[in-house]
Amino acid sequence: MSRRDRGGEKGKAMKHTISVIVENKPGVLHRVAGLFSRRGFNIESLTVGETEDPKISRMTIVADGDEQTLEQIIKQLYKQIDILKVFDLPKSESVERELALIKVHANEKTRGEITQIVEICQAKIVDVTEEALMIEISAETEKVENLHKMLEKFGIQELVRTGRIALHKGNQN
Amino acid sequence: MTGAQALLESLKKEGVTDFFGYPGGQVLPIYDALYNEKGLNHILTRHEQGAAHAADGYARVSGKVGVCLATSGPGATNLITGIATAYMDSIPIVAITGQVPTTLLGRDSFQEADVTGITQPITKHNYLVKEAADIPRVIKEAFHIARTGRPGPVVVDIAKDAQVNKLDFKYPDKVDLPGYKPTFKGHPRQIKAAAKMISLSKKPLLYIGGGIISAGASAELKEFAEKLNIPITTTMMGLGAFPSNHPLALNMLGMHGTAYANYAVQECDLLLAVGARFDDRVTGHLPTFAPKAKHIHIDVDPAEIGKNVRVDIPIVGDAAQTLKDLLEKIKPEKSKHDAWLAQINEWKKKYPLSYKKDGQLKPQYIIEMINEVTKGDAIICTEVGQHQMWAAQFCQFKNPRTWVSSGGLGTMGYGFPASIGAQVARPDKVVFNIAGDGSIQMNIQELATAVINKLPIKIAVLNNCFLGMVRQWQELIYDRHYSHTNLCANPDLVKIAEAYGAVGIRITKGAEVKKALQESLKVKDRPVLLDFVVTREENVLPFVPPGQALNQMIID
Ligand SMILES: Cc1ncc(C[n+]2csc(CCOP(=O)(O)OP(=O)(O)O)c2C)c(N)n1
Repeated sequence: MSRRDRGGEKGKAMKHTISVIVENKPGVLHRVAGLFSRRGFNIESLTVGETEDPKISRMTIVADGDEQTLEQIIKQLYKQIDILKVFDLPKSESVERELALIKVHANEKTRGEITQIVEICQAKIVDVTEEALMIEISAETEKVENLHKMLEKFGIQELVRTGRIALHKGNQN
Repeated sequence: MTGAQALLESLKKEGVTDFFGYPGGQVLPIYDALYNEKGLNHILTRHEQGAAHAADGYARVSGKVGVCLATSGPGATNLITGIATAYMDSIPIVAITGQVPTTLLGRDSFQEADVTGITQPITKHNYLVKEAADIPRVIKEAFHIARTGRPGPVVVDIAKDAQVNKLDFKYPDKVDLPGYKPTFKGHPRQIKAAAKMISLSKKPLLYIGGGIISAGASAELKEFAEKLNIPITTTMMGLGAFPSNHPLALNMLGMHGTAYANYAVQECDLLLAVGARFDDRVTGHLPTFAPKAKHIHIDVDPAEIGKNVRVDIPIVGDAAQTLKDLLEKIKPEKSKHDAWLAQINEWKKKYPLSYKKDGQLKPQYIIEMINEVTKGDAIICTEVGQHQMWAAQFCQFKNPRTWVSSGGLGTMGYGFPASIGAQVARPDKVVFNIAGDGSIQMNIQELATAVINKLPIKIAVLNNCFLGMVRQWQELIYDRHYSHTNLCANPDLVKIAEAYGAVGIRITKGAEVKKALQESLKVKDRPVLLDFVVTREENVLPFVPPGQALNQMIID
């Protein structure tokens, strides 16, 4: 280990998907979110939902930060009494999904082109009005973002994303 | 029985005998239950902050969990500084607060404050109790969490209706906390690797902190150091863990540490950190801290390891257990490290702690005299500032749990209420609170608590009519701009003491110091405030200016 490595300087920021298994108790969300902000980690998305056991919830958090801070946050999360498990989910070892609803401007002239894009992107049209189409996509974040980009030129009226959820592929836990 | 009665029963089951509090609307049911309670000694402080610090001082001295109690809203927020102080120094306290009834929660009701929300970042854990039936389990868990692993404060906020409602009292004998399992035994592979690294080292140094005290590992530490002939430097929180006058003791390191301790850190080839956390006041400029050393870090809290510095061998485990396990794996070699110790002794001779004796009343001299008259057997509490650093430097400690000082948060106003907790925990001991004239005025109202409880605490005010530590920084770093640090409008502290029914003594000359101290030791039934009028612009030295390496200290 080089001497400069010993500490004091920040490393390169990276995006991470972190799974946090918690007891379903009041205040747990506040605790988790508070820890991230206090240690200077920016949360990009956070989802919470019940697991196969209704007493236990799973949070999936996408956050930005350097390795050392991430390690510190995982350790700090582990220390919380209501938190049962914490792990980083490397992209190569997990399945990730995100759901988005996109309401895009559409008229007679553009409707055909939009429908084509939707098909290519394996998305779905879920509502149609005279001036707009509502599109649903469930895919990896990059694909959601790609569809978003492709639709931008038509004029996006509204957009909502669930944030990422992910599961480890193997038999990790 | 009612929730309030169940609370008191639960406290007794946890072995609580004394606690500190202040009443109000949302804890009336608890105070009513206390009215006929014989098994618990409740001490009424004069401010909730005093109650929190007293619980903390009680815990530091006794090794038990300290308890404080306050009402909702302002009562609870007045505890905050005390809870944060305990959190930063890993002190086990359970703070109980009343909360508005569940029907009024979340409506900005009178004296409602989101106590679990506010205390979340400064507690090890906290609870909002809405059902009377939950009280025994929650108290059981709160004490367990506060005292095990890395200790810390736990807040239990109890809605008023939960205090009033009835329950069938049954105290659980086990806790069920699947997410909480502190590690006590270090990993054998890590221990083996550490043993090898220690055997190979030529200039090892033990760097120990408050973790030794909370783990009760002083005996193990002494055996380890003596068998392997390894010198020890101590953080401020670790004072008392190892005898100050031991030949292997280098005493405190860091910003105001001894020159020989700081030189040893910069020169050692192996730093063995036990129950210490590489705080910035200890390390100075981090990249140049202990530049020649490999690092082994033993701590019960995995999150401490690698937080500030990267280490070569991390060991998560209880300090006492790990030192024992480690010692078993190392073969002591006689006269190993003799050259290293000779080098250290040379530094000790060349750069002893010192101060200019110029005939004026010197604060350091007063500490030396306190030491002399108490023979190092007193419990020393402090406030925060120059006096605290002089106490840390010049007091000689023989035993753990005799040094009570706010390290991590640096809370002025801590020392006096903490000394009340200390004296309640140890009525048999002489308790000193070494104070500055600024700090003592932050919780001076607790004189009433000390007087009514006949606590013979000695308050030694090193009165320089300055916020001395801030003035020192202004002198050395801000061109002597003494901006708002002059306390020339100080009240007459002797008269204040007397007004409260305490003894007040003013001392202005060196020749009077010893006599006044001896006089104070004779008073057994009330506090004594000793107002030492000291030289005004004395500096704490050595001083490592912020951002500098430890060996770049100003020595005189
Ligand atoms: C509650 C609080 N407020 C402010 C400070 C900042 N501070 C640190 S030391 C100090 C001066 C302390 O003065 P005094 O108690 O007279 O002690 P001295 O340094 O003169 O010995 C101050 C204001 C603090 N540590 N705590």
